[in-house]
Amino acid sequence: MTGMTNIVKTVTRIIGGVVFLFGLYIVTHGHLSPGGGFAGGTIIAGAFILLVLAYGDNIMHLRRIKEESSALENIAIFCILIMAAVGFLLGTKVFFNNFLPIGTAGQLISAGIIPLFNILIGIEVAAALFTIFLAFVIFKEEEK
Amino acid sequence: MILYFLCFVLFLVGLYGVITRRNVIKIVLGICIMEYSINLLLILIGYVHDGVAPIIVKGSAETNFVDPLPQAMVLTVIVIGLATTAMLLAIAIRVYRKHGTFDIREIKNLKG
Amino acid sequence: MEALLAVIILLMIAGSIYTLHARDLLSAVIAYGITGFGLVICFLLLKAPDLAIAQIVVEIITLIIMIAVIRISTREDLTEGATIKVEGVRYVNLRSAVYFVTGLLFVVGFLYFFVKSTLNLDPFGVHSARMAQVYLEQGVELTGSANLVAGVLFDFRAYDTLGEATILITAVVGILTVLRLKGRK
Repeated sequence: MTGMTNIVKTVTRIIGGVVFLFGLYIVTHGHLSPGGGFAGGTIIAGAFILLVLAYGDNIMHLRRIKEESSALENIAIFCILIMAAVGFLLGTKVFFNNFLPIGTAGQLISAGIIPLFNILIGIEVAAALFTIFLAFVIFKEEEK
Repeated sequence: MILYFLCFVLFLVGLYGVITRRNVIKIVLGICIMEYSINLLLILIGYVHDGVAPIIVKGSAETNFVDPLPQAMVLTVIVIGLATTAMLLAIAIRVYRKHGTFDIREIKNLKG
Repeated sequence: MEALLAVIILLMIAGSIYTLHARDLLSAVIAYGITGFGLVICFLLLKAPDLAIAQIVVEIITLIIMIAVIRISTREDLTEGATIKVEGVRYVNLRSAVYFVTGLLFVVGFLYFFVKSTLNLDPFGVHSARMAQVYLEQGVELTGSANLVAGVLFDFRAYDTLGEATILITAVVGILTVLRLKGRK
């Protein structure tokens, strides 16, 4: 697919990284402030969608990115299952047990496994939404 | 109570769209409107007067929080809603490619 | 507060009615944004900032995908009036009459169950948090998370989150299957 005009490309070059960084902030501070894995993951997916829409790409490269993001999504959900199983095996026999030390509420490193779950869910949501978008783009390109 | 009723009216608008429209895209939009009204109703039920967002700030003795449970559930519903909407649109675009129209009355291959 | 929310919900209703009646599919999709962004403002007023952040981005991505679909198909809606003209005489279209009656039956049925269920609800703003009382009182000690929504989502109710992730991956697999152009030999 072809990209957009120079104006859009320049603005995207300026704000694309900022949007991605904001998504990372929302994901990692999900247990302290509003946000979390779902909201931050959609913002990260939005940053990548903005880049693809503004700059465009050739279809072979888009296909390869689609495979990679689909694999990333599978890896993320597999890691969630592994963490749940680790919580089951350690200590009390409860699935999704919070096995890490809780720490004091309000610190960045606290709340046990909740920040890790936030990051994994963020990766999963971002990869899923980006894969959906790429599937539509590749469908549109292949038809021509 | 009037807010619950307005929310219900929004649900009925979506239902009306699903029942009476012929265009597949319009039916998808109607389903999305129904989903939004349900999300709004759940959040409206969990609100308390003069409540604050359920985030605990160290040092403040605030106890009047809104209910965090509906918020957590609706947060998952929003992301699932996007995925299902994209699924419906994918099916719609395949139907358009096969039959050349979005009219659900013209799509008769599945008729028993 | 209630009046402001009522005005926003009325605006959402008006936007959704226009969405369902627009002749151009592109303007229908754009008018659908009224409903979505009105919902974002409602979430902010109802003290749910997590939902507002998620909803505003989801709304934009939905708009992108819908416009992509409309770009590769058609923009024109199918028009149909309530009456049809045969040899100069107007008749009521039987199909729209049937739809009208069906819709009326649905409305009456849903209204009955709605009134029956809301009679047991608390009025707006007076919520007795029976389930969430434990979460509100002991959530911070039990999970260590300052954001109670994240605490509920990833600790008390992590099974729901796992199910959500499963639905998401299933939807992605379904979309990749449906949109594959060349079948595997």
